[in-house]
Amino acid sequence: MRINCPVCGERDRREFYYVGDAVTLERPERNADLDVWDDYLHLRDNPAGLTRDLWHHEAGCGAWLVVNRNTVTHAVSDVVLAREVAR
Amino acid sequence: MRLYDVVTVPFTFDGVTYRGVVGETLAAALIANGVKVVARSFKYHRPRGVMGSGSEEPNALVTIGRGVAAEPNVRATVQEVYGGLEAFSQNAWPSVKTDVMAVNDLVSPFLGAGFYYKTFMWPKAFWEKVYEPIIRRAAGLGGLSGKADPETYEKAFAFCDVLVIGAGPAGLMAALVAGEAGADVILAEEDYALGGRLLAEVEDIDGLPAMEWVASVEARLQAMPNVRVMTRTSVTGAYDQGTFGAFERVDRAGLKACFWRIVARRSVLCAGALERGIAFANNDRPGVMMAGAVRAYVNRWGVATGARVAVFGNTDDVARTARDLEAAGIEVVALIDAAVGERVIGTKGRHGLTSITVDRGRVVEQIEVDCLAVTGGWNPTVHLTCHMNGRPVWDDAIASFVPTPGAVPDMVTAGACHGVFHTMGCLLDGAQIAEAVVKTLGLKAKPVVLPDADATPYVITPVWSVAGKGRKWIDYQNDVHVKDIELAARENFRSVEHMKRYTTQGMAPDQGKSSNVVALAVLADVTGRGIPETGTTTFRPPFVPVPIAAMGAGGAGMGFAPQRFATSHDATVAAGAPMIEAGLWYRPSYFPNEGEKNWRQSCDREVNMVREAVGVVDVSTLGKIDIQGPDAAALLDFVYSNTFSTLKVGRARYGLMLREDGHVLDDGTTARLGENHYVMTTTTAASGLVMRHLEFVLQVLRPDLDARVISVTEQWAQFGVAGPKSRELLNGLLDQGIDELPFMGCADVTVGGVRARLFRISFSGEMAFELAVPARFGADLYGALVDRAAVLGGGPYGMEALNVLRIEKGFITHAEIHGRVTAFDIGMDRMVSLKKDCVGQAMSRRAGLLGGDRAQLVGLKPVGDVKQLSAGAHLFESDAEPVRVNGQGYITSVGFSPTLGSMLALGFLDRGRARHGEVIRMVDHMRGLDAQVEVCDPVFFDPEGGRVRG
Repeated sequence: MRINCPVCGERDRREFYYVGDAVTLERPERNADLDVWDDYLHLRDNPAGLTRDLWHHEAGCGAWLVVNRNTVTHAVSDVVLAREVAR
Repeated sequence: MRLYDVVTVPFTFDGVTYRGVVGETLAAALIANGVKVVARSFKYHRPRGVMGSGSEEPNALVTIGRGVAAEPNVRATVQEVYGGLEAFSQNAWPSVKTDVMAVNDLVSPFLGAGFYYKTFMWPKAFWEKVYEPIIRRAAGLGGLSGKADPETYEKAFAFCDVLVIGAGPAGLMAALVAGEAGADVILAEEDYALGGRLLAEVEDIDGLPAMEWVASVEARLQAMPNVRVMTRTSVTGAYDQGTFGAFERVDRAGLKACFWRIVARRSVLCAGALERGIAFANNDRPGVMMAGAVRAYVNRWGVATGARVAVFGNTDDVARTARDLEAAGIEVVALIDAAVGERVIGTKGRHGLTSITVDRGRVVEQIEVDCLAVTGGWNPTVHLTCHMNGRPVWDDAIASFVPTPGAVPDMVTAGACHGVFHTMGCLLDGAQIAEAVVKTLGLKAKPVVLPDADATPYVITPVWSVAGKGRKWIDYQNDVHVKDIELAARENFRSVEHMKRYTTQGMAPDQGKSSNVVALAVLADVTGRGIPETGTTTFRPPFVPVPIAAMGAGGAGMGFAPQRFATSHDATVAAGAPMIEAGLWYRPSYFPNEGEKNWRQSCDREVNMVREAVGVVDVSTLGKIDIQGPDAAALLDFVYSNTFSTLKVGRARYGLMLREDGHVLDDGTTARLGENHYVMTTTTAASGLVMRHLEFVLQVLRPDLDARVISVTEQWAQFGVAGPKSRELLNGLLDQGIDELPFMGCADVTVGGVRARLFRISFSGEMAFELAVPARFGADLYGALVDRAAVLGGGPYGMEALNVLRIEKGFITHAEIHGRVTAFDIGMDRMVSLKKDCVGQAMSRRAGLLGGDRAQLVGLKPVGDVKQLSAGAHLFESDAEPVRVNGQGYITSVGFSPTLGSMLALGFLDRGRARHGEVIRMVDHMRGLDAQVEVCDPVFFDPEGGRVRG
């Protein structure tokens, strides 16, 4: 698998650390209901198709990346800096 | 028999010396020497001879070499001959000619498909201990030596614009066009020579022998710096985003093989086609061969596969084979044209074909032959196109499967592997496809003049199996014949995937390359479904077997495992300290003194030394993260549960870091060096994790914060100086006095003019400092510290003493904060500030993570007869039966405290903080320990903390 890091270019997936669903970007408010927090932390969809992942280019530039890919075809459609999405 | 004189070298097969030509295949050399039986079959131990001429060979598996260097299951059709080569047959005893296990063949009516499943069902316990070992001994391939492989393997990466797989006419043309257009090209060819089928056929290209054209193309390819030709390289798998696995057999300069990962922007599959057989009675006799292989041995290697040869098949290849054999002076005794209904219905000759029985309608005759060339047609080599879930589609015109276009992204197919079965078509296809491919890369192909070549159309009358009695073999490698497939269908294993697993068809190392299509055609026939409806089984990588040694190259022993050494490493090793791994780091376990007989004596001495005088320890392995920026304080407030924005410049503070789910992530001290400048320390184990976490917070959760973090772990060498004489030691060493530095203070100092950072922090409970210098001064500083400590009655101490010192003080490490504990559990709930937001704060309030019956950190000391405690032991009420349901906690750390003269333990106990003084039971089922212990405060020593303040 190859991931096109917006900073470094296309690299082998061994350079990256995989986290999981990019829902992590949408951190609830501090005082949000604990059910909202539970959902945010623990409940994940398991789609056959498009998924939005969070990866870290740990053995590269250190950038956190949002990777849009397809769990069926393994095609990576788009990679953006998590920083840009989070703003 | 050889057709002409050649220069030969000696090699051996099963201890007998023969002569072969350097570089020809072992199979060719064995045939040239008249060796008919080269192997025994997997299940029935039937004698088998060479059948094919390439990597698809099902029969001729041999072991090369002996002892630890022996390599089993090598295909004799791929192995190249060299002087002194030693090859051995497999799966036969005492010899391949006289194999006692051939008794299996006599009882074969009872050993059909599913035999094992049906027969060895009871008693159940017998399967593992009795049946399986016997079956495994009887059935099998070559064995491993059981010793470490002494050969050297490598793995490597390669990148290109266009990967061309296969160097037959289509592949050569594709590589030429792509190369001349300026693309970076890798041409990977499984054989040791370029040419593909042209190597084995007698054809002209532009009026000259085809191999002259191949040589001219090879020269043009080699002349282009942007083209890399890789022979002996099988592309084994197609993976995501244009990544391919490839296995290169090197076998020179001390290197056995290389496993490649090739990343290609585009790929052109020109893998050609594999010939298939026809199932007829006893079609597995040594001497029954694929017609294409017979031509390869005659035309390419000048080796006659027999003296009296018959040819049986259903395409023009029958005539072509006869033509080539006659041109080589070999007698062709019969042509059996399956296309007009003629059939071979039986064979004779256990150790080598002696005759065949031919049914030509009204006439049935027996013909004496020593070789029968068979062809059932050709199957495009679609394998790689199916590695990413693609399924091939049936093509009636060639009576076989062709690739589904686009099955692998950015891969196109050309030539025989998508059903073009004559040379002219392959040349044209390769050129046109490459032209289209380079266009997608923004390149322009140069005009090509196509050479003139054979364009005889391929005509096939499908024939799969011959009716009549006898076992008609399909999968030679796994001993599957037509009846097995019929039986599977009768027992309702009608899906092709079920049939495969029930009969083991196609599950041998050759993965059914020469048999799968015949097998599913037979299944289609039995079930009354068409072949397209029956479909294929799943093609999976690797295309050819790849030794684990090649995939794992660099992974044996320490291999490429990185090692991190502190600046004190050499001095520590020189002092005789045994080193232990801490992540990638190496740290001293203890420093043995003369006369000390075991580690405990050294450890006890080192603990006493720190408590009474001074000890020096290298703490450089702890993570050090430099944090700067106007929002550095805000970042720390957000990642630590407690507050750091209120920390004064020149002071350090213990910090607790939570995961977002409310559990403890890590701990450490962080010092404020300036208004907008902090340096954080992490535990050795979690330094990478914390760095990743900080980047995550800055980039993802709080991109609003203007702060930067960078790891400086390797840039600073840092040493702990602990003990009542630590200040005295440093006062004599530093360029300035440090009497004014308070507990938890930090300061810039100099040591012999070198800028250094001094922190007054303690992990031992004694007055202690940590002194950091740029790493290049680390070794010198360590030497100076140890020398000065010795003068004061101290010295270096290792991890064992460090551990005891911190247990005496109840300080936690990752033994305690192991991922399932909360701040509440370790008694630090008050450190979770509610005045600000921080990672993990919301969830740390969650019911169940707070209060209730949760196990809490406690100290434990032995009070009964048994004084030994052990980490990992479980805790029970003093009179409870020590079984799981009664468990109330566990021990995380133990150590013998010379200070208190007792073993001490830290652990977690249900409602532990309210149970101080209670006597409970500790049981270690693994080590057979059972002790009465008293629950107490985790701080065993100097609970008021007077010593640390000095």
